[in-house]
Amino acid sequence: MDLTTFLIQCLNAVQYGLLLFLVASGLTLIFGIMGVINLAHGSFYMIGAYMAFALAPLFGDQFVLQLFAGVLLAAVLGFVLEWVFYSYLYQRDHLQQVLMTYALILVFEECRSILFGNDVHGITLPPWLSGGIPLGGMMTYPLYNLFASGLCLLLAAGLYVVIHRTRLGMMIRAGSSNRDMARGLGIPVRLLYRLVFAAGVALAALAGMVAAPSTSIYPGMGGHILIICFVVVVIGGIGSIWGALVAALLVGFVDTFGKVFFAQFSGLSVYLLMAVILIWRPQGLFGKAS
Amino acid sequence: MFLPSLALRILPSLVTATLIAASAPVMAQNGPLKVGLMLPSTGTYAALGTMIENGFKLYVSEQGGKLAGREIQYFKVDDESDPAKASDNVNKLIKRDQVDVLIGSVHSGVALVMARAARESGTLMIVPNAGADVITGPMCAKNIFRSSFSNWQSSYAMGKIAAGRGHKNAMTITWNYAAGKESVDAFAEGFEEAGSKVTGKLNVPFPNVEFQALLTQIAAQKPDAVFAFFAGGGAVKFVKDYAAAGLNKTIPLYGSGFLTDGTLAAQGDAAQGIMTTLHYADNLATPRDKSFRQSFEKAYKTGADVYAVQGYDAAQMLAAGLKAAAGDIHAKAKVIAGIEAAQIDSPRGKFVLSAAHNPVQDIYLREAKGLVNEVKGVAAKALADPAKGCKM
Amino acid sequence: MTSRTLPILMTVLIAALLAVLPALLSPYQQDLAVRIMIYAIFALSLGLLVGKTGLVSMGHAAFFGIGAYVTVLASPEYEAGSLLVMVPLALLAAGAYALVVGALCLRTRGVYFIMVTLAFAQMAYFIFHDTAIAGGSDGIFLNVKPVLMIADHTLLDFAEAKTLYYFVAGALLSCFLLLALIHRSRFGHALAGIRSNEQRMRAAGFQTYWYKLAAFVIAAVLAGLAGMLIAVKNGSVNPEMLSWHESGAVLMMIILGGLGTLRGAVLGAVAFILLKELFASEALMGQLAVHWQLTLGITMIVFVAFLPNGLIGLAKWPKLTRRAGAATPSAIKSAS
Repeated sequence: MDLTTFLIQCLNAVQYGLLLFLVASGLTLIFGIMGVINLAHGSFYMIGAYMAFALAPLFGDQFVLQLFAGVLLAAVLGFVLEWVFYSYLYQRDHLQQVLMTYALILVFEECRSILFGNDVHGITLPPWLSGGIPLGGMMTYPLYNLFASGLCLLLAAGLYVVIHRTRLGMMIRAGSSNRDMARGLGIPVRLLYRLVFAAGVALAALAGMVAAPSTSIYPGMGGHILIICFVVVVIGGIGSIWGALVAALLVGFVDTFGKVFFAQFSGLSVYLLMAVILIWRPQGLFGKAS
Repeated sequence: MFLPSLALRILPSLVTATLIAASAPVMAQNGPLKVGLMLPSTGTYAALGTMIENGFKLYVSEQGGKLAGREIQYFKVDDESDPAKASDNVNKLIKRDQVDVLIGSVHSGVALVMARAARESGTLMIVPNAGADVITGPMCAKNIFRSSFSNWQSSYAMGKIAAGRGHKNAMTITWNYAAGKESVDAFAEGFEEAGSKVTGKLNVPFPNVEFQALLTQIAAQKPDAVFAFFAGGGAVKFVKDYAAAGLNKTIPLYGSGFLTDGTLAAQGDAAQGIMTTLHYADNLATPRDKSFRQSFEKAYKTGADVYAVQGYDAAQMLAAGLKAAAGDIHAKAKVIAGIEAAQIDSPRGKFVLSAAHNPVQDIYLREAKGLVNEVKGVAAKALADPAKGCKM
Repeated sequence: MTSRTLPILMTVLIAALLAVLPALLSPYQQDLAVRIMIYAIFALSLGLLVGKTGLVSMGHAAFFGIGAYVTVLASPEYEAGSLLVMVPLALLAAGAYALVVGALCLRTRGVYFIMVTLAFAQMAYFIFHDTAIAGGSDGIFLNVKPVLMIADHTLLDFAEAKTLYYFVAGALLSCFLLLALIHRSRFGHALAGIRSNEQRMRAAGFQTYWYKLAAFVIAAVLAGLAGMLIAVKNGSVNPEMLSWHESGAVLMMIILGGLGTLRGAVLGAVAFILLKELFASEALMGQLAVHWQLTLGITMIVFVAFLPNGLIGLAKWPKLTRRAGAATPSAIKSAS
């Protein structure tokens, strides 16, 4: 493999990893702060993609505006969902959470089928994002991939700033380490949870919207990414955003180079990575030791 | 309100017993011909299942709702494109509803399970899509027919065409499953028979759609051409990724028709100019095809596609068999002989069935232009699947 | 009639019913009954893990699938395989994978455990789906059903439907009795203790890790048995048997029936499969049949939300009607 190809593969790995990070960060936030295991998180990714499809005719070439609108809608959806459904899950044990969110996946899939049918859909990109950067004379690297990666990096930085440098972030961190104490100190925990959940949904939906133009939009797209994100969260450690980032990039690299070197076993490579991490550090790279 | 505790204790069992009673089979009356449709109504292939069913029903309604004088009664089962459930699902049709004819399926794995069950029970079965070579190969049987294609047919034709266009070497890329492997092997067969060479066979785990890594490999190796087999969502993504990587300008992409069938709207500019081979095209414009497409559009408010044609022709084949047996589905030998001898007037062009019960049909060369796959010529005339391993 | 004899009487009655059922049912219904019984074994096996030990595993279908695959891989292509070879191999394979996976997964707790079991099941799924070990995504076929032969005498031939029925019924009853014995044993009580408070058990000197691992492996072996039976029944195996949707379905079964009880697991399997048949049947649901995922999903949400004790929990309602002062039957104690 020559240097150009190697660098391009690295770019591919980083791009995939950053997309995973977007979805996994929402998942780990919801786990870490509310203690809810949410199997329907992949469905939010799917909802984001289908939302992009539904909004595309309304926004035409205004891609960034479309992203904003989608994120807003997703946040509202998350807010409402938490209120009417997820808030009842906090007192329940893990098994019931697993089952209810799993059943929710079935409901979402069917609703998607009723609203959008079962065809595969695509999204056309506005001209300013459609080009490519010529590399090595034979192929071009899609400009959109760089845009997507840049967006994800921006969001990662934004998340870091919010969680570690703002009052809101402080409250979130307090709520995650000791819920009752935080409530006792006057932090509006209920509202906080609702906001965090909305943010988690918005992040996953944004990932779906960002991925939609390149992944295309099809039934069942939420399932695969959910399980990979679980692996990312386990490797990174529950509740740790930084862990999610590192783990997502790790998974991105293992998956991409796995496909190149071990085509048959590429699906396994990620799980083997997880197994190795588990032997070494069961709580994940950045998780709290139990 | 005093409820005997005993009664309450056996309440769970009562609830279950009610459920058991409620799942009793729907008793069918004598008279109508029972047609069992085992097609996906959920999952990635649901759209295809709907098209096939609509095509089938269109033909029946064109005949006034009766085939050879028999009314048709439909029994539907959602196969979820899941071979693990196929055995139970096909049993619902064969054992519970006791259908006379089985129509299905889209997914080859499901169709294989159905074929085995049909062989055991002797039920007439017509496959309206699944292209697994095995179905009219080692698994062939007197009572199993196919109205669609075999994976070998269209890809073999593509191999010959690609070699004919001067490409000396090519790489192939597909999903790692039976349909992909068979198509790619068939392409290699046609390509290498004409003197060229396949220099690399890339595989993507099914149904993964992350192609970036492999596209980079293709760019690094610089073949004369690339042959891809993907369908549905994978086809959309692959074609778009191929164009996004700029490869569509440097290395011509060829594919089996499924790469661009039903996906052009989603693929947009990325698919323009791609040549594919299939047993159907969007603008055949023969009188037969035109009238079919018109009636389909009128009845279902959407354009017809290759899946609708396959469903339509399955009904035609059934009608031909029934006519030869004067409507008596139980006169199996006559029904089978009737279908074997029939010349089906299909929207794709007339075809007959090979000895292994696969259509002997023209394979068209198409080019993606705008939102249609335009027919450019005939890639292979009256191509018959070699039916390797069929002992009938 | 005391509260202890009623469950035993019911179990005996149901066993008797199972024995005469083939005479009453159509071939399709017999087929359905066999499928329900096999899934009942599957549900019972998960019940030991989730209900008794409190370990929520989202990857139990892996052992089910491994049992099934090994059965088909171990049988010769064109002749009948021997049951004496296939059963031990299937159980061994499932148990071996469980030993390795369990050893790793049990290093984690709570939510991590759930995710890790799911991930390892996915790994097994990918092994069968992507590699050339077995027919990939299309699966492989069992061409000839196995027989039980001892010294040239064919005792059981599964090509006959009735033989399979009685064998499966026997397997179900054996599993049921085995698990009932485990529940009453010291081992079972230790597991129950781990479920309610693991720290206290450790403080009392129990090596909880090994108890949990043992439960994990036993549950896997029984699931492997169910897998073996379904491979024989269906005549084919497919990677989807290891998918997380299958794991989700069996989890739904035990909560539908009632967690912690053996009858609950069996009842849950029966109810879940019949519910799915009901919701997908066009004759009964008309247009809604196509959207069975929706109806099933909503039903499950409602069930878990309002009837967390499952169908067996319905039997606990007598408490509401008892006159004050009378002894309340402790349905919790009669755990079978």
